[in-house]
Amino acid sequence: MPSASLASVHMSTTTTGRDNALPRHYGAAYALTLPFYIVFVLMLVVPLGYAAYLSLFRTRMVGGTVFSGIENYIRAVTDAALLAGIGRMLLFLTTSVPLGLLVSLLLALALDTGLVRAARFVRLSIFIPYAVPGVIATLMWGFIYGPTVGPISQLFSLFGAKPPEFLSASLITPSMMNILFWEYVGYNMIIFFAALRNIPRDLYEAAAIDGANQWQVAWYIKLPALRPALLLTVTFAVIGTFQIFNEPNLLYPLAPASIGTAFSPNLYVYNLAFVQQNMNYAAAIAFLLAAIVAIISFAVQSAFQHRAGSMS
Amino acid sequence: MTALDSVSAVNGRRSNVLSIALWVVALYFLLPLVWLAVASTKSNADLFSTFGYAFGRTFAFFDNVVNVFTWSRGDYGRWLLNTLIYALVSAVGAAALTTAAGYAFAMYRFPGDRFMFNSLLAAIMVPTTALAIPTYLLFAGVGMTNTPFAIILPSLVSPFAVYLMRIFAADAVSPTLLEAARIDGASEMRIFFQIGLPLLGPGIVTVFLFTLVATWNNYFLPLIMLSDDSLYPVTVGLAQWRAASMGGGSTTDALYANVVTGSFLSVVPLIVAFLFLQRYWVSGLSAGSVKE
Repeated sequence: MPSASLASVHMSTTTTGRDNALPRHYGAAYALTLPFYIVFVLMLVVPLGYAAYLSLFRTRMVGGTVFSGIENYIRAVTDAALLAGIGRMLLFLTTSVPLGLLVSLLLALALDTGLVRAARFVRLSIFIPYAVPGVIATLMWGFIYGPTVGPISQLFSLFGAKPPEFLSASLITPSMMNILFWEYVGYNMIIFFAALRNIPRDLYEAAAIDGANQWQVAWYIKLPALRPALLLTVTFAVIGTFQIFNEPNLLYPLAPASIGTAFSPNLYVYNLAFVQQNMNYAAAIAFLLAAIVAIISFAVQSAFQHRAGSMS
Repeated sequence: MTALDSVSAVNGRRSNVLSIALWVVALYFLLPLVWLAVASTKSNADLFSTFGYAFGRTFAFFDNVVNVFTWSRGDYGRWLLNTLIYALVSAVGAAALTTAAGYAFAMYRFPGDRFMFNSLLAAIMVPTTALAIPTYLLFAGVGMTNTPFAIILPSLVSPFAVYLMRIFAADAVSPTLLEAARIDGASEMRIFFQIGLPLLGPGIVTVFLFTLVATWNNYFLPLIMLSDDSLYPVTVGLAQWRAASMGGGSTTDALYANVVTGSFLSVVPLIVAFLFLQRYWVSGLSAGSVKE
């Protein structure tokens, strides 16, 4: 198979090995890295450590704050509201997130074939939602989903049909998924598109000489070259999904009953900390979420590295 | 558009089926924004009584703009200015810190470098919202909540930007060039400022833009940190208007049109900026996704 060898040639072009040749200039190295690293420790490591510390205490109505060990964590893993929120995020991660990534990938591949008319216009149209802040996107979709202001409901009413209730308990999850899909498909598409642009031209020429068709080029050259981009987008999608807050927080006033206080774990943490003032329990959940994200991201990275190892 | 798209672009073939399918997809992404643009030209009454994609009985865009900027002694203008200040200061600060660090991680080996860099990589996985509560409590402890610092300081730290800059510096700055400058007797700092920085230009712009957008879009952090209306960024301000518009009654009614027009006005400069600065996104994203 000539195409398979093309793929393996491409796989081996990403390693660098100049570490040993670098000079020792400790003064300059520390002067340049420490300003960032100090802010990093103060704004990221210290808060994370503080969350871990807070999570080990409990505030009682009478008697102040007392050490409670892992009590908050035990409460968290049996907290139905939290588990439902985490379950909802896992549902996003197994349905709408892969669908969004697949659509982004297909759009990037389609635009990269050069077969699409007005491709630049299409690419920019798909990318533009990324320029729209999540808050504005959610406010906007909140209007569009609306029963009287929303154009979709207006169209249904025009034909005398009963409009779908986008923010009802049964449709709120797909409605939320749609907003996130709208916000992120363009961003992921651009990442894939940029990676496709970096494929050396001569690979296509070699493939053409070998008589490969578009599908073979996509399968044996383009998809292997997209592996690092896929790792990046999957990792960001995992982190992003567990951070979901803006969308449920902003849709809550429109649909308090179907969203509730714990639609996403982050919304729950916010409500625990700033509505119920239970900082210790909120810190435990925040710390637990960070751990879950780290574990899933690590699993994603290992899966990719394992696949890479078996391919080369 | 270059003709170097791929195999088929060489002979200029186009596919009608694929083109139409992608135009339909493009419509899905554009139509909500078209609705927002049309809605910003309508009076509050027309917003509720006319079709979303048709213009209203009155062209109220300029009335709406005036309303947005004069509501409650000009809150909206202050929110835009706050957003601009938070975003610019954070982006300049983050670009400076991460450029220096990324360059040093790429160019030098020093005791602790591996530990420092690996701790940054691990931190990319930490959801920033998980940090919000402890950060809030720490800032409250030193009396810095409800100040611009509470928004700017946490926005300065972008481990991913350091990772990007390191990759970028390793590609853009050649060690032989630095060696030549050393032989000429230049100090390491002078080499960084006079040789490194100019070569890192595109990478710096990318990090600057990423931080600018991240801070511009920030909602969670200002929502918990700020209690004073006059310090709000536009995201929190608009959300507050929207919450107030749900109250009902004649005074809150006008807020509906304000939220729509305010949203529209705040995204127009972003969309324009994105279209002009598009190539930096593509180059920055490809640096992060092509290398591992």
